[in-house]
Order: sequence, then C-alpha cells, then structure tokens
Amino acid sequence: MELYFFLAKAIIILVIFGITLLIATYSTYAERKVAAFIQDRIGPNRAGPWGLLQPIADAGKMFFKEDFIPAKASKWLFIAGPSLAMITACLTSCVVPFGSTLDLRFLGIENLVPIQGIDVNIGILYVFGLVSLGVYGVMIGGWASNNKFSLLGAMRAASQNISYELAMSLSIIAIIMMTGSLSINQIVDDQDAFWKWNVFRQPVGFIIFIVCAFAECNRTPFDLPECETELIGGYHTEYSSMKLGFYLFAEYINMFVSSAVISALYFGGYHFPGESLLAGMLPADALGHNLLTMIGVGVFFGKILFFIFFFMWVRWTIARFRYDQLMNLGWKSLIPLSILNILVTGAVVLAWPKIESAFAFLN
Amino acid sequence: MVQNLFYFFSFLAVLSALMVIISKNPIHSVLYLILTFFTLSGHYILLNAQFISIVNLIVYAGAIMVLFLFTIMFLNLKDDEFVGSRIWYNLGSVFIVLVLAGLLVSKFAFAPVTVADEASMDSQIGMVENLGQTLFSRFLVPFELVSVLFLSAMVGAVMLGRREKGEKNF
Repeated sequence: MELYFFLAKAIIILVIFGITLLIATYSTYAERKVAAFIQDRIGPNRAGPWGLLQPIADAGKMFFKEDFIPAKASKWLFIAGPSLAMITACLTSCVVPFGSTLDLRFLGIENLVPIQGIDVNIGILYVFGLVSLGVYGVMIGGWASNNKFSLLGAMRAASQNISYELAMSLSIIAIIMMTGSLSINQIVDDQDAFWKWNVFRQPVGFIIFIVCAFAECNRTPFDLPECETELIGGYHTEYSSMKLGFYLFAEYINMFVSSAVISALYFGGYHFPGESLLAGMLPADALGHNLLTMIGVGVFFGKILFFIFFFMWVRWTIARFRYDQLMNLGWKSLIPLSILNILVTGAVVLAWPKIESAFAFLN
Repeated sequence: MVQNLFYFFSFLAVLSALMVIISKNPIHSVLYLILTFFTLSGHYILLNAQFISIVNLIVYAGAIMVLFLFTIMFLNLKDDEFVGSRIWYNLGSVFIVLVLAGLLVSKFAFAPVTVADEASMDSQIGMVENLGQTLFSRFLVPFELVSVLFLSAMVGAVMLGRREKGEKNF
C-alpha cells in the first residue's frame, strides 16, 4: 500500500501548494482592506461582492499589460530574476508541518500520514537555505535591468538580507538547543502544552526572529530595497506586466511562509490550549484522531492569518527606517542580543536538572 | 534511479564548472558557480549526507556567493583592459594547469582503491546527530582549532575594515 501512501502525500503537497497561492492572492486584497480600515477608508469594493474579485482582476490586468524588456538589459537574467524570486518563495512551505497526522487505515494506508510536505531531519536549516537563496532573485533582477536605481535597490536588498539572516539564525539556535533537534516537526511537538510555547520560553529570541522576518520579507519598516522616495521603485523599477507581478506576489508568499514558520517555531504550531482535554472527549478511533488533526490544522491557519494581519498592521503603523539605522539595528543590537540569548539559554539548559531538583519540594 | 541521478548531477556539475571558466561575463561565471554548488549538494544528498548538503548551500551558495556577486556587480568591468605581457600570462596559466593536473593524476594513480563494504556500511553516518558526535569526540581538537582560526579571521577582517584615524569618508 506504499502507492496509496505516496498518493495521499502527493494530494497533501498539492493542497498545501494551492492554499499557499490562494492565501498569498487574497493577502493582496486583505492588505488593501486593512490599509483602508486603518486609514478610515473603504478600500476595494467594485469587483464582486465586497471587492472579493479584486485580486483576480489585478492578475488579469497584470497578464494583459505590455511585457517590456529594456534594450540594454541582460535578457535571460532579466527573466530569471522574478522566476527565482517566485521559486524560492514557493519551495519553503514544504517542510512546515501544517498539522499532526491523518489516520487513513480505512483506505488501506498502514502508516499515519503527516500533513507536511517532507519531514527532513534538517527542516529548519532547509528554511534558512531557502531564505539565503531568496536574495538572488532580487539581485539578479536588479543587476540585469541595467539601471542605477535598480542596482542600488538590489544592493540594499542583498546587504539587508545578509545582515538580518545572521541574527535570525542565531535566534533559532537557542530553540534548537532547547529542543535538541533540527526537525520542525519535533520543535512543534516539544510545545504540546500552552505554557511550553517557545514564545514564553524564548521571548527575546522571538522578538529578534520577528524583526528579522520583517527584514527578510522586505516589508515596512524595512522596505528600503524598494524605497520609492529615494530609488523610484528599487530593484523592480524596470519591470512591468506579470514579471513585476511575480516580484510582488513572491513577497506575499514569503509573508505567508514566514507567518507559518513563526507560528510553528514560537506559537506551538498546530497545538492549542485544551488539546489533551479535547482528545479525551473525542472517540479514540480513526475518526476522533482525524477530527483532532483537522481542528489543529484550523488553529494553525488561524495563527498564520493572525501573523499575516500583524505584518500588515505594522506596515501601516510604523514609518520606514533610514539605511544607517537599519544597519545599526541589525549589527549592533540584534546580533549581540542574540549571542547573549544563546549564552543564557545554554546556561539554563545545562543548569535545568539542578534547578528542577532544588524546587522539587513544590511538587 | 540513484545511478541516473548521479550521472545527471555529475554531468551538470562538470558542465557548469566549465561554463564558470568559459563565460566572458563575470556575473555569468558567478551564477554558474552557484549552479555547481547546487549539483554538489545533490551529490551529498545521494550520499545521504543531508546536513553537509544544506550547509553547503547555506554557506557557499547563500552567503559567500552573494558577497561575490555583490562585489562584482559594483565593479565597472568594461573599463578593465588586460595590461601586461600576453605571452607570459599564457605561459604562466599553462604551467599552473600542468602542475595541478599532474598533482591530480598522481593522486588518483597511486591512491588505494577502496570499495564500500555493504555489511559494515552505516547509512546513517551522514545524519546530523552522528556528525555532531564524531566532531565533538574524535575530532574535538581540530574542530576547536578551526573555530579559533575562524575567530581570528573575523577579528582580522574587522580590523582591516575599520575606520582609520582622520578618515572622514567611508
């Protein structure tokens, strides 16, 4: 029944991919609605009921615009830039566990099917690998445009991503030290109770991580690569039609994926308060197991949507940083803070058995 | 399946490594070099060494090559004409190629041929837990020495890049 297992896996991967694209599409709509709400406007309301068809109308407009390649641009690299940005954005979601396991024994599949693309034992490093590759799309596109403003935008993006990648990986090391595994699945399973969520055990690491996530996604307040007031449009100045659309769309996919990673690493993933209570109430057969899993998936998507909203909320609240402020924050505050965080976490992890035995009388 | 993948990755690795040298445009060279790193990572995955594979991507493709690309994009390479004697340049390259080829051939000619023993082969040897155990027990001293080397390199880079006294523009 191996074949059925792979079939179930293939369907799960396709569904995850589809949901990624769907949420990214509707993030564009949500962004405009949230902006309108914060600025006391109405927002898109013409295409379809409540403007719900707006993203589709936008995509249609993007496809039918003139696809322009500048005369002196490096043609192949000009096309490769947005493609790379899109590929690296889409690849990341395959190691994120979107739920626990499905019990499909009634279909003849003996093993439990995890709701996750692939469970590699280096999951979190895979995410970092793709995050560090994400900058190529912007750099290649910016250089191939043969435009000084594009190049400057690309350079800003590259130096910003390199700087914040360091602090991001250092803040994760503290979690890896506590869990003892690089697999995202195990990191999530380590947070199976509400008070064990990493946001409570690693508050400093969480703040560093979320700031770096904003910087890696090139979102406000760190959207200097496309800073309109200084650089016209940054790295995508010369882009038009769906190539521009891909750059913008990749940003929304990145936002979705980083929300998913933040919820999985710091907010317990698909675990929710009262899970064990609910598990006791549900029947202990395949149906109960699957029902619990599906509730977990729903909770996880709720957390993801909250963080996507948080990204938008910050965008319309905080002003853009100046470039030297950005670099100072990255190198002089976040990196020393995350190294300190690692040292403190290491000391606590080593001393934890002694602390526990010293307070044993409380139990 | 594995063998076909091996040939695919090897072909791609050799092709892209050649393109690194053949390409006229240095940006294309760097991009082909990144492709080479990807194919090497594919080889590592075929050897069941996932950790090395992904670290290779993070460190080389993700960090070092970004800096390469970064630097080359800022250079105005069209103005850089070749200065100096053509003949000496060519002779020097031929000499270096011969020495390197000689080293490689002699290495492969005299190296003992080992065949993996399937009975004693541990397919989990490349996993991150086993790698960590080995690094922090059997190779602890070299590992610490390498980290000291890295630290001194970092301190050296910071010292070289720092602002000199009286230097206003940076």
